[in-house]
Amino acid sequence: MISGYLRADGRKGIRNTVVVAYLVECAHFVASKIVAGFDGEDVQLIGFPGCFPNEYAAQMMERLCTHPNVGAVLFVSLGCESFDKVRVSNVVSESGRPVKTLVIQKAGGTAGTVQAGRDWVRATLDQIAKAPRAAMGVDELIIGTVCGGSDGTSGISGNPAAGKAFDLLVGEGAACIFEETGELIGCEEIMAERAITPELGQALRESVQKAERYYATLGYGSFAAGNAAGGLSTIEEKSLGAYVKSGDSPISGLIKPGDVPPRGGLYLMDVVPDGEVRFGFPNISDNAEIVEMIASGAHLTLFVTGRGSVVGSAISPVIKICANPDTYRALEGDMDVNAGDIIEGKRSIEAVGQEIRDLVVAVASGAQTKSEALGHREFILTYKSFEPIGPACLPASA
Amino acid sequence: MTGPFLLLHPNDNVLVARALAPEGLEVALEGGTVRLSRPIPMAHKIARHAIDEGTRILKYGMPIGIATQAIAAGEHVHVHNIRSAYTATHVLQDADGVSAGVSQ
Repeated sequence: MISGYLRADGRKGIRNTVVVAYLVECAHFVASKIVAGFDGEDVQLIGFPGCFPNEYAAQMMERLCTHPNVGAVLFVSLGCESFDKVRVSNVVSESGRPVKTLVIQKAGGTAGTVQAGRDWVRATLDQIAKAPRAAMGVDELIIGTVCGGSDGTSGISGNPAAGKAFDLLVGEGAACIFEETGELIGCEEIMAERAITPELGQALRESVQKAERYYATLGYGSFAAGNAAGGLSTIEEKSLGAYVKSGDSPISGLIKPGDVPPRGGLYLMDVVPDGEVRFGFPNISDNAEIVEMIASGAHLTLFVTGRGSVVGSAISPVIKICANPDTYRALEGDMDVNAGDIIEGKRSIEAVGQEIRDLVVAVASGAQTKSEALGHREFILTYKSFEPIGPACLPASA
Repeated sequence: MTGPFLLLHPNDNVLVARALAPEGLEVALEGGTVRLSRPIPMAHKIARHAIDEGTRILKYGMPIGIATQAIAAGEHVHVHNIRSAYTATHVLQDADGVSAGVSQ
């Protein structure tokens, strides 16, 4: 049984992090200096760079700062930015977490704010060390999956193994989220057939069609040059490889960033903004997707890579699954699971899937992932806009 | 099956390299043995048999693109001779699939 951190809202976390969040790029450096005073302790930096208001970013920040892995939050504001710091602070306060906002323009500038911030974090670390613990089952976990730095091995070894792990975890009652509708182009029909209702199936289909229109307007697919060097020729080839990481479970719902799955099951996250193309590419890099799944409650993320990504994440640990045996040998220090064994005929997809499932439970129980131990805490949040999900997207349990 | 190339689905018209396959390697295909005219990096594809221009390329039993020219059995199948049915593929200098980034 996992020993979770019990939060006032009843949700349970697998980490107990103090988050320091800058509310505009102008406060980024000061916030990072505060965090730098706590090397080796669980104090992490997140933030939003923009000075213009954005409802998506505001909601994401609220979700992230009340994530069950977060124990307390320090906001760092320059003072004149548009981010509504009172609203976000109230949301965190109402969640029962210690929260403080420092305004650089009123707190003595850089030096004064860094000192005040470090003093608050030091005292708060001691305070939240006493957070109540509670037994936590696999059925209380939310797990996301992404792939990044994909190559032709991803769809043969790493993603099928992640899909097998998802099948095992969904079978145990966990909520599992897969994503990037732009990387499901070409899979919409086979995916729609897995929906628990026809109406949800249609919503899944439409979410991929939206992604196709969005990327067509931008002129690029969700496809990097390294994907081609790694043997992938087209977006639909990449999509089919990415799709298998969803496993074989029925699809229980379609959510958008920040929507928390209401119960166990498999969920697709629609990450492509609604309306006209406004703020550029939906997710400019892999960490943007990871952050969105964390905002939807993901306690940890499975990251499948072929070319070799080394990223981790703020707030929730990342388990790195390496699909390519050559990459695994080159980057072993960054990789948690060697799915390349499947390519080389040494292990089955089932065996690697079981290893991933067991590692999920171990990490939820406190074991550090490779990226966590190395100190990776990447984070990115940019401008987007979404409409709420429609009534067909979360059918009552079928 | 532990040969140098994987058939992922019985309907596929491409095979996938499970490790770097060197130039000149003899590969037994259904239509006879072919000699690779260039090295095929891990996870790249070759034609399982001759493919006509305009034919759908099948991998995992699913369409992954359309042949833009006739492709001979055993030939490298990649961005230089197939295209997406959806969004054009962005590549750097490696129009034939070869670049400094190709894993060796």
